[in-house]
Amino acid sequence: MRGRRGSSVSVAVLSTLTLVAGVAGCGGDDGGGGTSAKPGTFDGKGAITWATGKDTSGYIKSALDTWNKDHPNEQVRLIELPEAADAQRQQLIQNAQTKSDAYTIVSTDVVWTAEFAANGWIEQLPEDAFPMDKMLKPAIETAKYFNKLYAAPWRTNGGLLFYRKDLLAAAGVTEAPKTWDEMKQACQKVQAKNPGIGCYAGQLEKYEGLTVNFSEAVQSAGGVVVDDQGKPNVNTPEAKQGLDFLAQGLSSGVIPKDAITYKEEEGRRAFQDGKLIFHRQWPYQYALANATDGSSKVSGKFAVAPLPGLSGPGKSSLGGLNLAISKFGKNKGTALEFIKFITSEDEEKVQLEKTSEAPVYTDLYDDPGLQQKFPYLPMLKASVENAAARPRVVKYGDTTLAIQEEAYAALTGKKTSDQALKDLQSKLESIVGK
Amino acid sequence: MSVTVEQPDTTKRRPPGRGRSRHEGVGRLAAYLVSPSLLVLGLVIGYPIVSALRLSFVKSIEGIDPDTGLITRTSAFSLENYTNIFKGDTGAVFWNAFWNTTTFTVVTVVIETTIGVCMALIMNKAFRGRGLVRASILVPWAIPTAISALLWRWIFAADGVANDVLHANVLWTTEGFQAWLAVVIADTWKTAPFIGLLVLAGMQVIPAEVYEAAKVDGASGWRTFWRITLPLVKPALVVAVLFRMLDVLRMFDLPFVLIGPHKASVETLSILSWYEMNNLRFGPAAAYSTVLFIYVAVVAYVFVRVLGADIVGRGIERSR
Repeated sequence: MRGRRGSSVSVAVLSTLTLVAGVAGCGGDDGGGGTSAKPGTFDGKGAITWATGKDTSGYIKSALDTWNKDHPNEQVRLIELPEAADAQRQQLIQNAQTKSDAYTIVSTDVVWTAEFAANGWIEQLPEDAFPMDKMLKPAIETAKYFNKLYAAPWRTNGGLLFYRKDLLAAAGVTEAPKTWDEMKQACQKVQAKNPGIGCYAGQLEKYEGLTVNFSEAVQSAGGVVVDDQGKPNVNTPEAKQGLDFLAQGLSSGVIPKDAITYKEEEGRRAFQDGKLIFHRQWPYQYALANATDGSSKVSGKFAVAPLPGLSGPGKSSLGGLNLAISKFGKNKGTALEFIKFITSEDEEKVQLEKTSEAPVYTDLYDDPGLQQKFPYLPMLKASVENAAARPRVVKYGDTTLAIQEEAYAALTGKKTSDQALKDLQSKLESIVGK
Repeated sequence: MSVTVEQPDTTKRRPPGRGRSRHEGVGRLAAYLVSPSLLVLGLVIGYPIVSALRLSFVKSIEGIDPDTGLITRTSAFSLENYTNIFKGDTGAVFWNAFWNTTTFTVVTVVIETTIGVCMALIMNKAFRGRGLVRASILVPWAIPTAISALLWRWIFAADGVANDVLHANVLWTTEGFQAWLAVVIADTWKTAPFIGLLVLAGMQVIPAEVYEAAKVDGASGWRTFWRITLPLVKPALVVAVLFRMLDVLRMFDLPFVLIGPHKASVETLSILSWYEMNNLRFGPAAAYSTVLFIYVAVVAYVFVRVLGADIVGRGIERSR
């Protein structure tokens, strides 16, 4: 009895499996890019969607309300993606792999442009649609791939040097340091009076922040990670000086040992607790460290400056978000019009006021009204104007991991800077294929 | 899956000749009746497995068009996704992850079993406030892994509670043995209650007379535990341990959130698979998953064979 029942059950199982195997066999997996690289035609009008990260400030909703009131037949619906960039990317890629028309406009991180464009997931955009001459050059660069525009710059971001102006003043240092040596000297003077306080920290945990900080150190010493032609070039004396600033900083104690575990938030806690004199951080820290509700011990005691470098001002890595049009979306005419609207100077000004997200228009940084509200704007302008994009390569995931692996090995003393950079160069060469 | 159809025992009352066809008819009916569930299982379990297996043999070759920058991609069936896993640099990464996965499994399961059994012994005792103790022991189990990993990350932060209590300055989340240890501690905290709960269920069906008899015979508490509690609770314990092993072998979220991805000291096989998938190499990702699948299957098979884990409930029949 058991045997008979068993056999008819197994027959059923087997037939089900054969069935699904057949179904699986039918599904193709040959995706890949198209063959042309010309701007698409943007003529369809109608309802569209916009997939972007969580709208935490409520600004996006209010902007959509404005647009939707004026365009009853071209409504834009917001699709909120998870807050984490990795999760957003995953969802956008899934959408592209299934060639779904669920998303029309997609917000893309500045480091995704190459990957999305090369895979043919986003449309090439007409350059004359946007007032590019008024925008920050480095921000536009992040939206380009093979010298063609694939997205509209929307939000940008650059690193700033937060410093304790009270301690510097007490130690007789009147100006923010412009070079690493000046910074170290300032630290010695401050530490003479305040033993135990850390000199400098950034984001050195093994994650994307390390790629940002490593690239900044290399650029600030006059080197490059990947050059304009897309060729890796890190086995250079300049890159070594950059990496040494971080590695020797950690071994000599200029950078506190704990800093190897710092992401943005860990570092912010340390700075707000008064444990650091200098801190490389994104502008968002400004308002939080100035909070007067007791959460910050350094409220009103700090100022910001552009990042220091080896022999002059440093060169920040660029953050930010661009807006692209999905190849598989419908009504791309409306999509382009909407992107023009939301990335217009007027909207960017509203966005800055409501969300403190840095705009891509040069003029807004000079606006006295805005400067009063965001005193760091002139410094941020100096930072982003001089900034460089992170490596713009199709296999960004592999590239950033290679950088993280080697930089982390040098920072933790597992490898010498020379060895790490040599290994990084060969890894990057095999990833980029040049 | 416990889909069993009890057939009405009608054969005895029928002439033998007709009973046979009648029996076949009932069998077929049974097959039809369970086919919807089998279809669902086939779709949600069978299809993904077969599809992933097929994908693991698809090798895609990518190039970049030098003029447009667009990716050109062709794919072919090949064994390369598997052979690449064991070759060169990726081979070193794989064996490191394999080692981590295995050591995590052995160490955490041993610790968790010991603590879990102790917890069950405590929860099984009758004392005042027993409800409270039971509830508090089970709290960690009720917290999602990702959340508990975040909590432990706070504890193991450079300026966190762990360093405060130890009066030390250990950088737990950096590469090294301490990262591995942090994962073991957090995993034990979270899942020892699971073993405790299953073992407790096993203990509660042990009749009180057995213990009374032992007491009359003058057996010590220790002896009672080894000679009575442990053998009688073994079927439940073995299943609990098996479940835990299968769970740890595919561990992903705890090291990923607590320590972070790409940390060689805590990288597990599932993390490798995730990384490949995250970089759109679905073939190699499927190959990694398949290797892990085979590893899990082998461990489960050996475990069932060696310890006679009773996962389908046959033991209850046998003991009756």
